[in-house]
Amino acid sequence: MGFTLSQHKIMISQLLPIVIGVLFACGCYLVMQRQLVRVLLGLILLGQGANLLIFSGAGLTQNNPPVIPPDALTIEGAAADPLPQALVLTAIVIGFAVLAFAIALVLRTYQKSRSGDINTYTHSED
Amino acid sequence: MPVDSLWLSIPLILPFFATAVLLCLGRASERLRLGLCAVTCLMMLAASVVILQQLSVQPVMVLNAGDWPVPLGITLVADLFSASMVIITALIGLVVSIYAIGAGTARFRGYFTPLFMAMLFGVNGAFLTGDLFNLYVWFEVMLMSSFILIALPGGRRQLQGALKYLVLNFIASLFFLIGLGVLYGLVGTLNMSDLALKLANHPDQLTVRSTAVLFLVAFGIKAGMFPFYFWLPSSYHVTPTPVAAVFAALLTKVGVYALVRAFALVFHGQQEFIGDILLPLGILTMLTGVLGAASQFYIPRILSFHIISQIGYMVVGLAFFTKAAMAATVFYVLHHILVKANLFLIGGIIGRKLGTQALKKTGGLYQHAPALAVLFLIPAMSLGGIPPLSGFFAKFALIREGIALNAWFTVFMASAVGLLTLYSMIKIWNEAFWKSPPSGEPIRMRPVPWTMTLPAIGLALCTVLFGLFPGTFFAFAERAADQLMNPSIYTEAVSGKSMPTPNAP
Repeated sequence: MGFTLSQHKIMISQLLPIVIGVLFACGCYLVMQRQLVRVLLGLILLGQGANLLIFSGAGLTQNNPPVIPPDALTIEGAAADPLPQALVLTAIVIGFAVLAFAIALVLRTYQKSRSGDINTYTHSED
Repeated sequence: MPVDSLWLSIPLILPFFATAVLLCLGRASERLRLGLCAVTCLMMLAASVVILQQLSVQPVMVLNAGDWPVPLGITLVADLFSASMVIITALIGLVVSIYAIGAGTARFRGYFTPLFMAMLFGVNGAFLTGDLFNLYVWFEVMLMSSFILIALPGGRRQLQGALKYLVLNFIASLFFLIGLGVLYGLVGTLNMSDLALKLANHPDQLTVRSTAVLFLVAFGIKAGMFPFYFWLPSSYHVTPTPVAAVFAALLTKVGVYALVRAFALVFHGQQEFIGDILLPLGILTMLTGVLGAASQFYIPRILSFHIISQIGYMVVGLAFFTKAAMAATVFYVLHHILVKANLFLIGGIIGRKLGTQALKKTGGLYQHAPALAVLFLIPAMSLGGIPPLSGFFAKFALIREGIALNAWFTVFMASAVGLLTLYSMIKIWNEAFWKSPPSGEPIRMRPVPWTMTLPAIGLALCTVLFGLFPGTFFAFAERAADQLMNPSIYTEAVSGKSMPTPNAP
C-alpha cells in the first residue's frame, strides 16, 4: 500500500490504544470466568496490556534512537526516550516469572483439587 | 558521628547475601540455617538502629545508587517512618527465626530460610526506596517469595489459598503498573520526590486524580482494604505459624506504608480528594473485618480478619490527614506489627500444646497453663484497646483527633469496632483458656520448646514497654508524622527543592 514511513508511525500510535483496550477487555472477561485456565489466560492478557501501556506511555515519537555516535559526547537533536523501554523490559521479566510460577501452581492445584472450577475451591476457607 | 548514607544499603545487602548463602547450604541442618537467619536479622537490627541514630543528625538520609544524580538513578531514602519500619522488620525477622526453630519448618522441604530472607529483602527494599518503579520491583520480590511460602507445603488448602493470593495480588501489581505508565507519560519521571514536585501544580488535575485512584486500588489490595481484602482471610491461615506471623505482621503493612508514601508525598496536593475516598473505605474496612472475625472459630482465621479491621484504623488516620492523625497512624502501624505477630505466635503455641487451633476442640488451658494465659492476655487486650497497653494509646490518639475534627460518626465506629475486637479476643479466651475441655476427660498437654515461648514473651515485653512509655513512642511518632506532613523536608533532601505553594483552585 502506498503509505510513507511516517504515516505508518502515526497509524501505529493510533492503533496501540485500541490494542491495549482490547487486551484489557479480553483479560477482564477471562479473569471473571470460573474455569481456572481461562483465569490464567486472562492474567496473561492483562499483563501484556499493562506492558504495552507503559511502552506507549511516554508517547510514541518519530525521533532517532537514543544512541550517542562514537565521535560525540551527547546526542544531537531530539531522540526517543529509552526509559519506558527499560521499564517495560523489567515488567516483562517480572510478569514472566510470576506467570511461570502461576502456571505451575494452577497445574498442581488442578491435580490436587481434581477440578478446574474455581467455585469448588473452598478448602482454603475452612 | 558523621552521617554516612551507605548505611542505607546494609538492610538490603544482609538479607540478599543471607538468601544466597542459605541456598548454597543445601545439606546443613535447619537449626543452623535458622540460626543464620537470626544472626542476619540481628545485624539488620543493629544497622537500622544506626540509621535511626543518624536521622537525629539530619532529617532524611539519601543514597543515590551509582552516584547518578536525582532523578536519573535509583535512590534509597530513609526518613523516620521508613527507618522505624526497617527496625521493626528486623525485630520480627529475629523473633520468627527463633520461633521457627521450635515450631519446625519440615513442611517447607528445606526452602523456608532462603525464601524468608528473600521476603525480608523485598520488605526492606520497599521501605527504603525513593523511586516508584523501584517500589514495584520490591513488591514483586516480596510477593514472589510469599507466593512460594504459601504454596510450598503443597496440601490442597495451601494450593487453593496460594492461587487466590496470587491472582488478586497479580491484579494489584497490574494496577500499579498501569498507574506507573500513565504517570510516566504525564510527567516523565518516577522518582518519588521529583514526582511530588511536578505533580503539585500540574495543569492536568483530572489525570493526576485518576492516577491517584489507580494507586489507591493497587496499594489498597496489598494492604487488605475494603473492598479488596478477600484474598487475605483465605490465604494467611493456611500457612504454618511462622509464615502466617510474618505475613500478618509485615506484608499488609507494606501496603499501608505505600499508601502513606503515595498520598502524603507523591500526591500531596490531592489529600482532600483522596481523604474523601479513604475515610468511608477505612470505616468499612474496620467494620467488615471485625464482623468477619466474629463468625469464625479457628484462631488463625479470627486473627486474619482482625488484620483487616486494624488496617481500617490506619487508613482512617491517613484519611484525616492532620499531623496528630498521621502520628496515630504511625504509632498504630508499629504497635500492630508487634501485637499481631505475637498473637499468631501464641496461636501456634496453643496449637502445639493441644494439637489443634480450632476453638470447638480446645479448652482448659487456664487450668493447665496459666502462664500461657497471661502471655495471651497481653497482646489480646492490647489489640482490644485496654489501657495501659499499646493498643489503647493507638486508638485513643486516633479517636481524640476524630473528636477534634468533629468526625463523630468515625469516632463512634472506631469505638464500636474496638468493642467488637475485644469480643473476639474474649471469645478466644473463653473457648481456649476458660471453658473445660469439650470431651470432659483430662486433656494431654504436649510440651512446648522454649524457642517457641521466648519470642512470644519478647514481643509481649515490647507491647508492655509501648504501654509503659507511651510518651516516648508518641513523641517519636509525632516527629515522623511531622516529616510526612511536610513533604518539603523530603524533597529538599532528595531533589534540593522545596514543594511549590499550591495554586488557588
